[in-house]
Amino acid sequence: MSDHNYVPSSKLGKWFNDRLPLLSLSAHLQEYPTPKNLNYWWTFGGILTFCLIAQIITGVVLAMHYVAHADLAFDSVEHIMRDVNYGWLIRYVHANGASMFFLAVYIHIFRSLYYGSYKSPREVIWIIGMIIYLLMMATAFMGYVLPWGQMSFWGATVITNLFSAVPLVGESITNWLWGGYAVDNPTLTRFFSLHYLLPFLIFGLVILHIWALHVPGNNNPVGIDLKKPSKDTVPFHPYIVIKDLFALLLFLIVFAFFVFYAPNILGHSDNYIEANPMVTPAHIVPEWYLLPFYAILRSVPDKLFGVIAMFASIFILIILPWLDTSKVRSAIFRPLYKQFYWILVIDVILLGYMGAMPAEGTYLLIARIATTYYFVHFLIILPILGKKEKTLEVPQSITEPVLGGSSNPEMVKKKDLFN
Amino acid sequence: MSDQKKPKRRDFLFTASYAIGAVGIGAAVWPLVDQMNPDRSVKALASTEVDVSSLEPGKSITVLWRGKPVFIKRRTQDEIAEARSVDLKDLPHPEKDEDRAKNPEWLVMLGVCTHLGCVPLGDKGEYNGWFCPCHGSHYDTSGRIRKGPAPTNLEVPKYEFLNSNTIKIG
Repeated sequence: MSDHNYVPSSKLGKWFNDRLPLLSLSAHLQEYPTPKNLNYWWTFGGILTFCLIAQIITGVVLAMHYVAHADLAFDSVEHIMRDVNYGWLIRYVHANGASMFFLAVYIHIFRSLYYGSYKSPREVIWIIGMIIYLLMMATAFMGYVLPWGQMSFWGATVITNLFSAVPLVGESITNWLWGGYAVDNPTLTRFFSLHYLLPFLIFGLVILHIWALHVPGNNNPVGIDLKKPSKDTVPFHPYIVIKDLFALLLFLIVFAFFVFYAPNILGHSDNYIEANPMVTPAHIVPEWYLLPFYAILRSVPDKLFGVIAMFASIFILIILPWLDTSKVRSAIFRPLYKQFYWILVIDVILLGYMGAMPAEGTYLLIARIATTYYFVHFLIILPILGKKEKTLEVPQSITEPVLGGSSNPEMVKKKDLFN
Repeated sequence: MSDQKKPKRRDFLFTASYAIGAVGIGAAVWPLVDQMNPDRSVKALASTEVDVSSLEPGKSITVLWRGKPVFIKRRTQDEIAEARSVDLKDLPHPEKDEDRAKNPEWLVMLGVCTHLGCVPLGDKGEYNGWFCPCHGSHYDTSGRIRKGPAPTNLEVPKYEFLNSNTIKIG
């Protein structure tokens, strides 16, 4: 990395940089050699960083007006909506921001699946990313409880009851989580405390995620190792910075549409009814971003195994780098994997849809098939595919497929044949 | 064991230090963990007295006990007969109705689905008992699980009749 040679131009800069090399870090971030063929799917890292910071800022502001108490929480949220200056805007940005955060993270994860970004030498980046994703789900879940509406209360009841499936100590665990014998005020106050804490843990993990990324450098659509820096790379600033900012602008248009034109479309109207421990709403549905996992939970007819299947569906992703045995990273050169990839995308969307539907009849049957396929994809198809699949010839550099002039004359010939 | 492998004085000191350190850390962490358990004020609300004199046969009321709903149902003769005629072999969680309702007319149980904690709806479901709308568990007229993902019957809390009109739960 070139930043080791960085010398600040000013005397003061040099004095400071010798004591704390922040300027070297900044120079590294600017010069960081990035593959020049990154497409727009690679802009979601920057978008996600924006989402996290936006959630932290709006969240800190909301906490100035919110009251974490079972008797007051619901009213305090309405107070934010009606009385606090711009409170409606800040809350809608925060609530829809969570959905936008998950939208971006799902695109980010599926980009990684398509281009094989989780493979060696990027396993640690992937695992840190999965831990961030788990923490995001925990944070979002606890945040959804805070308005203390009917969906908040019953969502909290159902999710915390997942732990009651644990043999022997299940009841002790749920009582410990609740601070009582049901979801109540002690549950609300601790969820508020943790909801405030976790984003900062996520922020720390994001720094590790980027640090781990900067060791091997970015993967790229072709999925090959690059020499860095070389004619296959461009400096992060200004090339990638500008591209990321432009993508962020487009993303913000979608974000703004939800905030200003459909702020409640992703929520559930039952959450505007104050929590009532005596009445369960007719259909309990989690937020949209948790629906696929909810569908997996419900498709297993046994309580303990349903919970195990749901957690397994997430943890299976952590060991993905070792389940996918293919040496070729990008799906561009894996004709069969490409097809299975799109089946998986459809499968997950289908699971999400089934999670929103009542768990009965045809819906349940489809959910069970989709659940089975989900596990088959990761546990059977991927390990076998990596050994059996005939992959296409991978180019030696990013420039080569575009300009020809490969150091390997045979490859150029092949390219002509394909054309 | 050769002389080299023999634990030395220093090894003993290391092990002892780690052990004491682990105990110390455990002692420091335990209060931080235990503070999340139900506190004294929550435990103090451990019992509720309910006046059931106005309840007609076939009707039920729901009262709150320890933050959880409790169903008190005054069953009709038909419902009692239905609950008592079931073959125990047909039950996923076999329990006699006689054990669940000591006084056959009165069924007292937690209104908390044993699957994931929703409140089941009364007089619904395929067994004329309760039906949980969340994940489709069916309970019979004795509150026993018959169909669906719930693993066990609706829980019967500790209760007693203080007199013919009053039930004390807890």
